[in-house]
Amino acid sequence: MDYKMNLTQEELDILNGSKGETMAKVMKTLVLYGDAFDATKMVSVTSEKGHLVTSFGLKVMKPVYDLMAQLIEGGALSAQKFSVDPKPLDPKVPANFLQKLIFNKFMYSMQDMYDGQLNKLGLIDNNSYTCTCYMDEVGNVPKKGEILSWAESSAVVYANSVLGARCNRNSGIIELFGSILGKVPYFGLLTDEGRKATWVIEVKTTKKPEAQILGSAIGMKVMEDVPYIKGLDKWIGTELDGDTKAYLKDFGAATASNGAVGLYHIENLTPEAVESGADLITENAQVYVIDDAELARVQANYPVMWKDKDATPKLCFVGCPHLSHAQLIEWTDKVAEGLKNNGLKKVSIPTVFTAAPGVIEEFEKTPYAAKLKETGVVLSYICPLMYMNNPLCKSMPVITNSNKLRTYTTSRYYRSDEILDIITKEAK
Amino acid sequence: MKQFKGRPVVAGECTAEALVSHGGFNTLASFQNALQFGDMPLIGDKNKETKCGDQNNADLYNKPMAGKALCLPQTIGSTTGGMVLYCATEMRRNPKCMLFSEHIDSLACAGAVLGAVWAEEAMTVVDCLGDEFLAYVKDGMEISVAMDGTVTVK
Repeated sequence: MDYKMNLTQEELDILNGSKGETMAKVMKTLVLYGDAFDATKMVSVTSEKGHLVTSFGLKVMKPVYDLMAQLIEGGALSAQKFSVDPKPLDPKVPANFLQKLIFNKFMYSMQDMYDGQLNKLGLIDNNSYTCTCYMDEVGNVPKKGEILSWAESSAVVYANSVLGARCNRNSGIIELFGSILGKVPYFGLLTDEGRKATWVIEVKTTKKPEAQILGSAIGMKVMEDVPYIKGLDKWIGTELDGDTKAYLKDFGAATASNGAVGLYHIENLTPEAVESGADLITENAQVYVIDDAELARVQANYPVMWKDKDATPKLCFVGCPHLSHAQLIEWTDKVAEGLKNNGLKKVSIPTVFTAAPGVIEEFEKTPYAAKLKETGVVLSYICPLMYMNNPLCKSMPVITNSNKLRTYTTSRYYRSDEILDIITKEAK
Repeated sequence: MKQFKGRPVVAGECTAEALVSHGGFNTLASFQNALQFGDMPLIGDKNKETKCGDQNNADLYNKPMAGKALCLPQTIGSTTGGMVLYCATEMRRNPKCMLFSEHIDSLACAGAVLGAVWAEEAMTVVDCLGDEFLAYVKDGMEISVAMDGTVTVK
């Protein structure tokens, strides 16, 4: 094969089949992939653990399972343990008879088989299904400067921006190949040059902007470019504490799903912005000013995909990406207080909060777990996106405060304060 | 007739009808419904033409994508994107070719390369065709792609 990248003798040997035909194909894929971006070389993956995006045993993904079977048969297993995105099913989450039938018999009939494949390939353990693997309770937290082979857009943008690790926006399968080989092509967000900002975002709002809408506005504007955000530290501070990290988690997920952002810098807050400041901004960077009116315009333009736009919501999801421990506590308090103020005992709309299994485990040890249960909210490890990813949900009025879920499904977006208001008041 | 010179990411020759997305193409949102439920009894919509399911893409929403010359700036959205494209290619539900006005993004590139190395039949992919290409090409125009990345629009 023709390639441009400089390969070491060992890499060349693998490409020529020294470790078998399957590993040669894995190497060939990564070399062609890197060549398309003028990668100069392969570099070692230096993080302890990987993260995969594909957690769902969808029947339709047979080509992926066939490929995984080839990898296992060819001995091309992951050189590092990995976590993986959330499971698509949880019996605790409300579903009617037809939905259950379709989920279990048609859509996710390959789930057990695929879970088995993931275990053979290198899954950490059965608690490692979450999109927020970087939570302390989960334990897949890369260090600043480490090279990752991850996918899951919200996790990649978080690892790059908040933790200062280095990872390209890899696709599913490609991220596994990097973990198998222990190497990834050197380009894009792995390089100093690729981490410079080509956009300056000036936040000029009169109050703290909703993370999910701010991220959406920026994502739709800059697409895959790197933004340097000024004026946000005024609202979220200059310390990466629990609340700020949770804000950035939701903000980043919206930039990545409404656009294709893999890295952002926030003045005086994120590690590289603190370290290098405005030196991160390229010459001739474009400018995007965001004020209250711009955020209102962005939210007003979200299409409502419900057949009956005035329908009473039948389900509410909060936690895409999965909620942090601190967010679970905050939501629990707010829901309990809202219900009390409105003279209700249970939420008026079936509501599901989602979080990583490790986060749920820790939350269950606190008094807040019982308090949340009393409100009628279901706490689950499920992936709301995968739950909604079927035609039956098309006609189901689901509400969410997640811009990512809104983007990929027919769910309707509301700000968090609106969601709280809806679920704690008597249903219409 | 007009010709544009791009870079073959996966070289190939083909002729197809143009389908144009002026905004970023969200691969997961566009393909997920059609690939999963296109031919499922009762709940499927006989969507064998692989109609675009991305409600945010006014150019493509509900239009058939299979067998077309998909003209786009770049892809956006979930990092399942490359894997979804690979599945579409293996299931023969993919566009005949993907023609990018800009440099191909990492997710689409993954799908293109996975198709080229692991699928039975690769999908032709050309990038760097320029803004003028996307401004010129319209839905329904006839597109021919040559091995060297030359794209002819009639």
